[in-house]
Amino acid sequence: MSITKLNRSDVLNKLMEVRGNALAIAGLGSPVWDLAASDHQPENFYNWGGMGCAISMGLGCALAQPKRNVWVITGDGEALMGVGSFATVANQRPDNLVIIILDNEHYGETGMQKTHTSGGTDLAAMAAGAGIPTTMTVHNDEDLNNLINALKTSPLPLVASIKVESTKPKLVLPSRDGVYIKTRFRQAVLGSTAALHVT
Amino acid sequence: MAEPWTTAAHRLFKKHNIRTVGYVPDAGLTELIKSCHADNDIKSVVMTTEEEGIGLSSGAWLGGEKAAVLMQSSGVGNTVNAIASIVSSCQFPLFMIVTMRGQYGESNPWQMPMGQAVAPVLKSLGMHVFEVETDDEAAEAIEAGLKMAFVSNAAVAILIGQKLIGAKSFIADVAEEVINVDN
Repeated sequence: MSITKLNRSDVLNKLMEVRGNALAIAGLGSPVWDLAASDHQPENFYNWGGMGCAISMGLGCALAQPKRNVWVITGDGEALMGVGSFATVANQRPDNLVIIILDNEHYGETGMQKTHTSGGTDLAAMAAGAGIPTTMTVHNDEDLNNLINALKTSPLPLVASIKVESTKPKLVLPSRDGVYIKTRFRQAVLGSTAALHVT
Repeated sequence: MAEPWTTAAHRLFKKHNIRTVGYVPDAGLTELIKSCHADNDIKSVVMTTEEEGIGLSSGAWLGGEKAAVLMQSSGVGNTVNAIASIVSSCQFPLFMIVTMRGQYGESNPWQMPMGQAVAPVLKSLGMHVFEVETDDEAAEAIEAGLKMAFVSNAAVAILIGQKLIGAKSFIADVAEEVINVDN
């Protein structure tokens, strides 16, 4: 295995090149700054709180928008807090949901304490055990290319745990106003009339 | 005879175009869960914890659809931070039906504390809480709550009282024979 881990912003930049028109939901913490840095746009929903809910939020969105792909971009700590959602997603089998975990093996926002993935917990194996059809752990560029290929060809839902270095990312901050983030997302996805009026 | 509240709930879900129903089961929710599963226009999502329902409902709204979340009273404790952090911060609509334990005629002492905490906890989060004890009251509150949630971006919980559901009897409902240990 390579000793040098992938850089999180390089990974996100590369993934966003193949995002297409997927909707994106970022779990709280560094994935929010990562997504804002690599592909800031109205069809991003940034979670500034609610740890453990990014995957279930992605599921709700994927079920409501079956013609769009939905990408959840989150961290290992956030995913672990809502890890039962792997099973819930697997039971629903949405063929438009992608879960990308930027796994730096640390709680990045609280002082870089180690998460369970630093102690042997394997998120891709947990997802596979939950019944997610396509799962993988990404360690290097070759694995990352395999993930990009899987995004086009493998059955969804997909869970990828991408091992990244535990450096602090550049802070690229979207608005903290949840109502604004929500409404902007809905306007982009649904159009202004449906987003702003009772239908 | 009044329409059973579970029948009314399903009818009102249809009327208000609820497309996703997330639930963690409770005996009191059995009929409603069955009718949602039997309905091809409703995506019925069994969840591992009630907290997922808050993400699910908020995500559905982001995608332009309405969701309802069903749970037993003990599950309310699992939803607290998600309601505060996501629903309140973003003013997401939220519509929950909570079937109560730890109330009228309860026979499991472990259900009592959370059952008693449900209404004050949800109210402390700023939720609109309607406690109902008859089928008619339930139907009326569900209709009002659905409007408030999805027209006024409110967070609403309908607490279906144990008096309406009926207290669970372990001896009759669960086992053919009961053997007591710890004598």
